Amino acid sequence: MAKTIEEINEKIRQGKAVVVTAEEMIDIVREKGVEKAAREVDVVTTGTFGMMCSSGIYFNIGHTKPRIKLGGGKVYLNNVPAYAGYAAVDIFLGATALPEDDPRNRYYPGKFVYGGAHVIEELVSGKDILLTAITYGTDCYPRKTLSAYINIKDLNEAVLFNVRNAYQNYNVAVNLSNKTIYTYLGMLRPNLGNANYSSAGQLSPLLNDPFYKTIGIGTRIFLGGGIGYIVWHGTQHDPSVIRGENGVPRRGAGTIAVIGDLKQMSPKWLKGASIIGYGVSLSVGIGVPIPVLDEEIAFYTSVKDEEIYAPVVDYSKAYPEREPEVIAEVNYKELRSGEIEILGKKVPTNSLSSYAKAREIANILKEWIKEGKFLLTKPSAPIPGPESGIKFKPFSGRELKEEVGSK
Amino acid sequence: MRTERVVLHFPKHLADKPVIVNLVRKFDLDFNILKATITPDEEGVMVLEITGEEENFQKGIKYLKDLDVKIQPLSQDVIWDEEKCTHCSYCVNYCPTKALQRDKETYLVKFDPQKCTTCGICVDICPYKAMEIRLIV
Ligand code: SF4
Ligand code: SF4
Repeated sequence: MAKTIEEINEKIRQGKAVVVTAEEMIDIVREKGVEKAAREVDVVTTGTFGMMCSSGIYFNIGHTKPRIKLGGGKVYLNNVPAYAGYAAVDIFLGATALPEDDPRNRYYPGKFVYGGAHVIEELVSGKDILLTAITYGTDCYPRKTLSAYINIKDLNEAVLFNVRNAYQNYNVAVNLSNKTIYTYLGMLRPNLGNANYSSAGQLSPLLNDPFYKTIGIGTRIFLGGGIGYIVWHGTQHDPSVIRGENGVPRRGAGTIAVIGDLKQMSPKWLKGASIIGYGVSLSVGIGVPIPVLDEEIAFYTSVKDEEIYAPVVDYSKAYPEREPEVIAEVNYKELRSGEIEILGKKVPTNSLSSYAKAREIANILKEWIKEGKFLLTKPSAPIPGPESGIKFKPFSGRELKEEVGSK
Repeated sequence: MRTERVVLHFPKHLADKPVIVNLVRKFDLDFNILKATITPDEEGVMVLEITGEEENFQKGIKYLKDLDVKIQPLSQDVIWDEEKCTHCSYCVNYCPTKALQRDKETYLVKFDPQKCTTCGICVDICPYKAMEIRLIV
């Protein structure tokens, strides 16, 4: 007995929809079976909260008097360089941007106290942000410099746009070398001193819809505390990786590009993060509703941590050298227990994404839907699955090393 | 070699005397000024990290005491800012004393200042600056 999204939305409007979180769905399917669960449950909500470097915002500041053309000039927000290669007064700021005078990793490991992500968090909090700009003058845009405080409430359109978020599974990072290393998966102690991971596992959006059967372009989602949309598959989308019998990818696989109105969002769900020895990133809260259209989807949404396997990768050598070697596979139940066994050694695990926040997001989204505030959307196009043949390719540019050397 | 962090309270009449320089000249001590302020009643407060041979160290301290400088050891406190904490639990397994722990059911992180030895690991690694070291002067 299949349902349609329109039928589910009708139930939501009438306040009759049965909405559960991905954690709750696990027990429902175990107790009642897939068939009954598919009939009874209308929507499963998922959530994830972790660092997502591929995040950014764009906004329009309106025209100054006299006018200034920032496009082609240089723009800084609280000293952090922003991108000004658009038209006159549109600006893009990436989460990982750093002030030019940040020592970076010169004093290793660098602290990366402040960057684009922190500006984004402050802007969303309603704080004034210092905009400084220097550019060239034209007959229609004579002004050459600008130094002013801007505030989110005065901007024309402030939009969060992330090119690759909510990774479907990810590496578990370890360090086989004999010195401490600092990575985007955190500080890794020597000789397998710890193993770090970053996924909400059984609560994670794309792990509950492994073949992207309901999640697609146009899917309405919880984004940074407001409402956002999936606009495309994310960069590095890699649907064709090896999968388990349950269809769940055993490697980093699908990703989504998302967009939403920054003015609706909250600093609680968009947080600047400083990763020692690595850089700055933005932690983003994302929640995706999955309509339980049939038994197959009921089955997928009941996936549990012990059924999701992640690859363990050595970040001291295999990862930086881009060697394919995977040391072991471990599941998220083991990872979440705080200790795993690798190469015969007991290794403590650390999570970089917040499971508590993922749970909170899934519950917020559940409430929104139950209250009728949030209706589901039918994707206007799917995001590419394994059948698309899309494979994430390694760098294939023709390097100029030899030519430079022969001069 | 001994390294010690101390808080020095200078009475008003010493404010313009080359006291600290003498620590270097007379006792061969190295110092690093961590903080220096003048209180509203013009008493000088300075937080110093002093390094030197044990014997010189003792002599230097005696020199300061004889000048009427009050000396107290510096203590530190690690503060957990619950508002900033995202409960990622990243810090939990790095904490050598289990002062930071994650609840098995709720996955929320808790901090027990009693168990904390102020080693500072969590302060370095917390991405959200939720752990902070404060010097108590
Ligand atoms: S690393 Fe920071 S944010 Fe994460 S649990 Fe520890 S204190 Fe909280
Ligand atoms: S300072 Fe050290 S002992 Fe104290 S909570 Fe942080 S890691 Fe644990």
